[in-house]
Formats: sequence, structure tokens, C-alpha cells
Amino acid sequence: MNRGELAELAEATLQKQQACRLRLLVCCGTPCVAAGAEAVVAALREQLTRLGNPADLELVSTGCQGPCSRGPLLTVLQPDQPEQVWEKVTPELACTILSTALQQQQLPEQNLLPKDWPFFSRQIRLVLANSGRIDPESLEQYIARGGYESLAQALHEMSPDDVCDGVVQSGLRGRGGGGYSTGLKWQLVRKSSGGRKFVVANGDEGDPGAYMDRSLMESDPHRILEGMAIAGYAIGADQGYVYVRGEYPVAAQRLHKAIKDAERAGLLGSRVLDSSFSFRIDIRIGAGAFVCGEETALLASIMGRRGQSRIRPPYPAEAGLWGCPTLINNVETFGNIPSIFNIGPQAFNAIGNGKSRGTKVFALCGEVVNNGLIEVPMGISLREVVFEIGGGLTNGMNFKAAQTGGPSGGCIPAEKLDTPVDYENLQALGSIMGSGGLIVMGEKSCMVDVARFFMEFCLDESCGKCVPCRTGTVEIYRLLSRICNGSASQRDLQTLEQLCQMVKDTSLCGLGAAAPNPVLSTLRWFRQEYEAHINDRRCPAGVCTMNELPLHLLGEQLLQRISALRCDGEEY
Amino acid sequence: MPAITLTINNELFSARKEQTILEIAREHGVDIPTLCHFEGLEAMGGCRLCLVELQGSPRPVPACITKAAEGMVVTTHSDKLIEYRKMLVELLLAERTHTCSICVQNNNCELQALAAKLGIDHVRFDYLHQQLPMDASRERFALDHNRCVLCLRCVRVCDAVEGAHTWDVRGRGSTSRVVADLDRPWGSSTSCTDCGKCVQLCPTGALYKKGATVGEMKKERSFLNRILERRRLAAQGRSL
Repeated sequence: MNRGELAELAEATLQKQQACRLRLLVCCGTPCVAAGAEAVVAALREQLTRLGNPADLELVSTGCQGPCSRGPLLTVLQPDQPEQVWEKVTPELACTILSTALQQQQLPEQNLLPKDWPFFSRQIRLVLANSGRIDPESLEQYIARGGYESLAQALHEMSPDDVCDGVVQSGLRGRGGGGYSTGLKWQLVRKSSGGRKFVVANGDEGDPGAYMDRSLMESDPHRILEGMAIAGYAIGADQGYVYVRGEYPVAAQRLHKAIKDAERAGLLGSRVLDSSFSFRIDIRIGAGAFVCGEETALLASIMGRRGQSRIRPPYPAEAGLWGCPTLINNVETFGNIPSIFNIGPQAFNAIGNGKSRGTKVFALCGEVVNNGLIEVPMGISLREVVFEIGGGLTNGMNFKAAQTGGPSGGCIPAEKLDTPVDYENLQALGSIMGSGGLIVMGEKSCMVDVARFFMEFCLDESCGKCVPCRTGTVEIYRLLSRICNGSASQRDLQTLEQLCQMVKDTSLCGLGAAAPNPVLSTLRWFRQEYEAHINDRRCPAGVCTMNELPLHLLGEQLLQRISALRCDGEEY
Repeated sequence: MPAITLTINNELFSARKEQTILEIAREHGVDIPTLCHFEGLEAMGGCRLCLVELQGSPRPVPACITKAAEGMVVTTHSDKLIEYRKMLVELLLAERTHTCSICVQNNNCELQALAAKLGIDHVRFDYLHQQLPMDASRERFALDHNRCVLCLRCVRVCDAVEGAHTWDVRGRGSTSRVVADLDRPWGSSTSCTDCGKCVQLCPTGALYKKGATVGEMKKERSFLNRILERRRLAAQGRSL
């Protein structure tokens, strides 16, 4: 396929879509499928078959549309009419919507989402522009929305240096959590000398409660491939790997199909878009280790070695896969690339706050009314995210804290709700942007218990190479457990603080160094809860059972028992 | 080989460019404690005992891996580092069951010596008391997981020097364990050549010669000296 054919295909598909008098987009993202989206699709399909599958009616199973807790979702598109979205759609409701729409009648109001619902209207969707709008397995539909146009533009109009410069100008920073400038990283790999270079997309998302990467890979796989191909052109690589978490079989399968389709269409493989550039992409599937999200461990895993991190330098940009310079970015970072060239680096740079430019995808979950996947401009305040987009807390609870960055991040208390969400501000609060998990917690969450949960996760996921992470996390977990069961003393709290600082400073890789963050940040903002557990043996949130005694009380009790036994000679 | 100058503990030293901070420090009599490191084996950086402070670096760096550079300012024994080292050794002591009084390696043990040198008289953390099995199925040697510190010297020497790669690691985190031949009993390992290099390099009593009782196991490493020295120099691009 060359550039002209690409434009023709886009035009043809677009015309076909516009000719439809009714298009039904059913969200088939994993949460919606769990809520019964497949039955909705089957019912609609049956209805359409009964009607003789008219060409001007289209039923599309899309990727994630966003408000996951309200699934299954059905979006109805009619020419010259605003789009309408229904939540919690049953097969019956879907059939009613279809038949009333065909009879040109008033569509049912039941479960219809309001037109200017802040969940949708407050978002800026760049990375998720196609998520929920196209069939993830359809190359044509991706192309119809301007897909692979950025790659064509880069290959035919720009030199590799121009592409790197464009990414630098956009101000894009790594979306995996580190926040290093993507453009600079690309330039670094471009300048590295090496016979071969590689592009790696990190799709090993493992934070509890985060599913941005999964959703992106499942909803819009071609976007990642396009971003990787542009990166390959920019740095001079001819081979890319997508590292997909083993727990995401659907993502792997869709990426696999996307790669095949793109290769068949001449958009990947040799002579991409009739240029001299060749780029192959292969999938590597993880085996369930969180640490493989760390770049050096991920590279070891791709090379077939044990998933353990190694000391940097040398950074992967100098010596990565098999010692060759390797560009490794998160899949969301690659997802941003086509948008940057679509709207132009300057326009991308215009969105955002301070040194953080563009948008960020968050998985909004926890005790918030509208759970789901959102994409917001950098610098939006946490209050807007939780109370406008999220619709406030469930059951009218009071907001207590928001946890960002998963087990490497921290908690942000209620008094910091107006902080703009960007890399620097979150770091100043002792948390991190991370990959984009955002867990909202109400007054019924005990912060010690939350810290303990994350520490349990870290101790389970430590690779075991370095001592502070391997054993330190276990000891921190035991100290937290002691605070939760009421047997801790002030000295334990001291030891906890010392140990957290030590693990943070001495661990080999990012996993260990960030593991104490949930404890340190809850200690910083919610120290009174720790104190209440220890001094008053009381859990303010009413979560911990406190059924054990601290050692000094245990001793006292023992003495009392002994003396009681001596006085009256009776056991009790 | 270009020469460089760096400052260690307020003293200026000159060194060759490919040397690590640890090598330079040891050449000049500055003692940095190590456990997983062994001259001539590929550095791992796992025990974190050799961490040193580097001016301009936000976190301490491992001396065994970090290559020296011109103008580096290194501190090897700040109060913070000493405290961290103590905590690290305490963590190691708490992790498995290190009961010196009944250990074959008593008085010849590197972990014991480190603890004594750092002045550790008690462990502030919970002893984890993992109940781990022993593997005495090999004719001449035995492995006691309860004394293993996961320094992985055995894994590295078996792979890089003997070329057998009998040893590897299974599991992760605190459940990691050294295993022979895809987790078979050592006795049924077909790749093991009984060379004993792993046993001699083991810093604790985890790998030992059968027949040794309390305090009788002494590690004999002289037969490895020449080969490891050659590897050490090769890593710096020099020859004997």
C-alpha cells in the first residue's frame, strides 16, 4: 500500500460509514463483556439478521468507551443527530432502541446518559481518540480515523531527525511513570552507535487497579504499532517488540491480528508504505512478574532470561537487547505519537501544565461513582477528576485520600485536592504519576491497612536479587501487620521509618526503591492514624480488628494472671 | 590505559579507567564490606553492602559495579552508610535460620565475620524462621537452604568458570531458592561435575563438604585464584 491508496481506503471507509442511517457501537471492553455486552451484541445481531442485514445499518463491537462501572454501553450514531449513549444496556433495551430508531420514533429515555455529562465533556481524548469508536480488529476503521497517516507523513515528509525534534517539541514525557522526556530518549538512541537497534513497547502493566495499557492495547492496537513504527524510523531500528503482560490474552491476540493485518497491507514489514523503511514487530508475552515492568528486567525477559533487573548504567539506550541500543517506552507513550503528528507538536504542547504537556490516561477506580477510564489534560485538579468526572464518592461518603501510582506511589490527602495533577506536583506530595492508576478512598479506608495491602503486593513481586527489597519488604509488612493487629509499640514505628528509608535508598531497581512509598506517604499525611493504632489501640476507620496485645501489655497481663493464680490458687 | 584521579574519603587516589570503585578502594587499603561480590566473578550488586555515597548522586551506588570516573568524590563510611550496612546484615540474619553455634562454618563464615565487624549484637527485626529443606543427596557435598544468603556466587562460578550451569534460582522475592538442574535433587543432577567450586566460594555454611561437623568447614579457594585473577584482569582489558 502506498500513501495514495491509504488515503483512498480511508475515504472509502468513511463514506460507507456516513452512508449508514444508523450505527450501533457496543462497548466490548473487558469490563463491559463481564457485565454482559456479548449478549447485547448477539441480540442486536439477531435482530439485524432478521431484517436481512441492510447495508445502511452497522453494528460495531468497539473497545472501551470509558465509564466502565456503567456497562454494557451502547452508543447510537445517526446522521445529523447528536450521538447518544445508553448505560447498563440489556439485550431487550438494545432491541427496543434499534426498533424505535428504525421507525424514526423517539428513542427510549431509560438508562440514557445525559448529553453534557461531565464524564465525557471534561475529557480530552487524544490517546483514546479511537477507543470505543472503532472495532479494534478492523484495520479499515482505524485508517478511516486517520490511522497510519502520521506514519506516512513521517516516512515521506520528514527526516528521522525531524521526527525526533517533533517529539521533543511536543514536550511528551514517558507515560510509564518515570516521566523522562520521550524526545530526548529518542535522540539518545538515535545517536547511539550500534549495528542493530530495537524498539520495545512496555505493556506489562501490573499496578493493582490500573488498566489503561490493557484497554489501549485491546481497543486500539494499531495506534501502538503506528507509534512504534514511527519510533523505529526515527531511531533507525528495524525490529520492535511489544511486551504484553501474560494476564492480558485478549490484548495479545488483538495485537497479533493487528500486526498481521498491517503487514498484509504493507504498513509494517518490509518496505513500509512503499518507502525504503522496513520494520517488523513481534509480540513477547510475560509470565506474570510485576518486576518485568521495570525496563532492565523486561529486556532480560525478552531475551529469555530470568526477569531480574540489573544495575544501570549502562542504560538500555546504550546497551539493551543483546547489547544493542534499545528504545523502550510505555505503550501509552507510543499511543501518543500518532496524535502528536496528527495535530502537530505545537498543538500537543499547548495542552498541559508546567513541564508536563499533553494528556494522561487514568484508570479511575475505588469508592467513586463513575469508575472508568478517562483521559484528561495534564494539570487538571484532582478535585475536578474525583468530583466532576468521577461524580463524587459512592454513598455520599467523605473523600479521604486518592492513591496514585499503585504500589510505587502514594496517597494524596483531602487538603491537597486542588493540586494540579502533573509529574512535578505529584512528586512534591510524595506520590508519583505512575502509569495512571487512581484509586479514590473514602473515610472508611484505614490508611495503615492500605499501606499494608501495597506492601504485601511488593513483597510478593520482589524478584529477590537484592537484600533490601527481598527481605526489607517482608519486615515492613510484618511491622505494618503488627500495627494493624494492635500489637505494635512506638519502637516498631521507629523501626518502620528507618527501614522504609533504608529500603528506599539501597534497593537495586525502581521496584524496591519505590516500595516504601505507600508507607512513607501515609506516614506523612495520616500519621495520626498510625499513632491511634499504636497509642490508643484503635483503628479510626474501623477496619483493623486489633485483637492482639503489644508485648509490654502482654507481660503485664501475664503477671496479673500469675499473681491471681497465687492468691486464690485457682485457674481461670 | 588512561589514568584518572578520584577522591575517596577526602584522599586523592589515582587509578586506571576501567577499575571499579571497590577495586581502587581495596588497592589502597580502604575497606568496603561486601558479601555477594567475589573478585573475578561478574559483579551482581545484590547484597548492597558495598554502597558508597557519590557526590552529585541522589542515592548511594554499589562500589562493586560502579566504574571510577575522573573527579569522582566518594564517601565509603558515612554514619548513614554504616547504619544501612548494619540493617542489611540484620535483614540477612533475620531472613533465614543462621544459628552459628550449630553451623559447619562457625568461625569461618563471611556473614558471621561481617556481623561481628559491624558490631551487630542484636537483630531489630523479626526472625522469619523459614523452615527450608536440606539437600544432602550428592555424594560429597550438601546444601542447606537455611544458611543461604542468595549471594549467587555458586550460580555465577558454576556458569562462568566451570561452564556447567548446574545452579540456578527458582521462585522470587523471599521465596527464591537456589536449585540444581531445573529443581531436581542435587544428587540426580546430570550437569554437575562435582568440581566443588560452588562449595568453596559459598560465604556461609549453605554449601559444604559432607563429613564436616560444627566449625569444621573451612573454604579452600587457592585453586581458583589464578583463574579468577585472569578473569578479573580480562574484565579490565588487561592480561596477566
